[in-house]
Amino acid sequence: MIETISGISALYIFMLAAFAGYEVIAKVPVILHTPLMSGSNFVHGIVLVGAMIALGHATTTSGQVIGFFAVLLAAMNAVGGYVVTERMLEMFKSSKEKKNG
Amino acid sequence: MDNVTEAIYFVAAALFILGLKRMSSPRSARDGIVWAGIGMLAATIVTFFVPHLANFGLMVAAILIGSGIAFVTGKRVAMTDMPQMIALYNGMGGGAAAAIAAVELLKMSAQPNMPHGQVTMNLAVLGAVIGTVSFSGSLIAFAKLQGWLRKALRFPMQQAVNLAFFAATVGAGVYIAFVTPDVVVITLFFILALTFGVLMTIPIGGADMPVVISLYNALTGLAVAFEGFVLNNAAMIIAGTVVGAAGSLLTQLMAKAMNRPISNVLFGSFGSAGGGEEESVTGSLKPIEGSDAAVMMAFAEKVIIVPGYGMAVAQAQHKIWEMSKLLIENGVDVKFAIHPVAGRMPGHMNVLLAEAGVPYDRIFDLDEINEEFNTTDVALIIGANDVVNPVARSNPDSPIYGMPILNADHAKNVIVIKRGQGAGFSGIENILFYADNTRMLYGDGQEMANALIQGIKEL
Repeated sequence: MIETISGISALYIFMLAAFAGYEVIAKVPVILHTPLMSGSNFVHGIVLVGAMIALGHATTTSGQVIGFFAVLLAAMNAVGGYVVTERMLEMFKSSKEKKNG
Repeated sequence: MDNVTEAIYFVAAALFILGLKRMSSPRSARDGIVWAGIGMLAATIVTFFVPHLANFGLMVAAILIGSGIAFVTGKRVAMTDMPQMIALYNGMGGGAAAAIAAVELLKMSAQPNMPHGQVTMNLAVLGAVIGTVSFSGSLIAFAKLQGWLRKALRFPMQQAVNLAFFAATVGAGVYIAFVTPDVVVITLFFILALTFGVLMTIPIGGADMPVVISLYNALTGLAVAFEGFVLNNAAMIIAGTVVGAAGSLLTQLMAKAMNRPISNVLFGSFGSAGGGEEESVTGSLKPIEGSDAAVMMAFAEKVIIVPGYGMAVAQAQHKIWEMSKLLIENGVDVKFAIHPVAGRMPGHMNVLLAEAGVPYDRIFDLDEINEEFNTTDVALIIGANDVVNPVARSNPDSPIYGMPILNADHAKNVIVIKRGQGAGFSGIENILFYADNTRMLYGDGQEMANALIQGIKEL
């Protein structure tokens, strides 16, 4: 098994990540709010990794069924989140280039 | 292999944070999502090599089906429908976190003698509640924005019923965590949490949906982080927490822009028959023809366009920009004024205008442009209502009192493109529409924009 993260270091990770999340978004211009919300929606698609592990460890039928749905939903979150964010940001790129060119 | 897996998770977590950082500036935003995408891809691939995993057939099938559905829907959806797609995909993530919790809880239930830490148990249950509420709540938000659920559903004793469901959910959770993870109680617990998510979201009006979606986005992040603790996966903890924190801040910013505390959005009843007396509206609605409106704008020195959700519905952004270009050729100074909560998400209008090709330097925030309405000849309001309603300044009884608004009423002339008579999303009468210098251009946003283009060309 992968080394376990002890309770207190998990708490440190939690705290530091929370500050990072706060700081990263603190200076966002309003025009990027929607793409950023979409982007952060994509980032929590990392739940896919957890869903794969949960399904991979499932031994009972109910565990496999629920695990299957976990992976299915998580894959939708990750892929859908990426596609939508990318499409939105693509427009920003094109409008900027038009302006420059 | 363990070390490689851990190393890749570490890099992925870093790429997520850097990606979000890059997404917060227009210049580098495009790279940002690609960076985060690379991190996600690497983390997913390396997970196949985590030792002692089984069920690879199911895993690959689920990934292929889920990705396929999401890819096609994500590519096909119109730009104007983006907000509900975000809500939908966010709900999927919350559902996934809840399902992970279900698998883990059922495992603990089947093996009562296997030691599992109390902290792990608590976090699994907490993540389960949050993920499940985010799942069913996001689906309701999706249905509302998609137009499947038109009305905000309210019934007597609603707050009490919601509170009862919340208490029952918490009670079941506490029982699972501290007494015994019984299968029946676990099932009941998830049903209660699902119902609570639905009940909590159903009374919230469509105008508040942006705040709600953002909130559920943050909640899904937290649920993912908690399940990350349970599965002992640092990448999930970091990514989930970052999203939880960033999403909370974004939710706050949005609620602040509406001048309404989040508690008010969730538990208040915006748009339900307000307690205060309606300010009696004086004056009348004065219609105008498209050709006359075109003349007004073509001979103006400065025109400010205020878009709202109506523009998105009518898909009028391209026509509006075409019209603006004609005006600019005629020497008119054209600017776009974006209210922070115009549309269904903050920045919704910016995205649509960017799609149509409107350059950044013509788009202004409320703070930047509000003074300029005083020197503006024509304010063209297309599909916006509450964000230009002066009662927000004048009538303390109004539900939107105190919300900062665009001072379109300070312009010399106001032209309002509107589909028909009737109040805005909040159900509040807009006194601006009755003002002496306001003219109403009734019709679909796109058709009216066409009429204006025709009118300007014919001059």
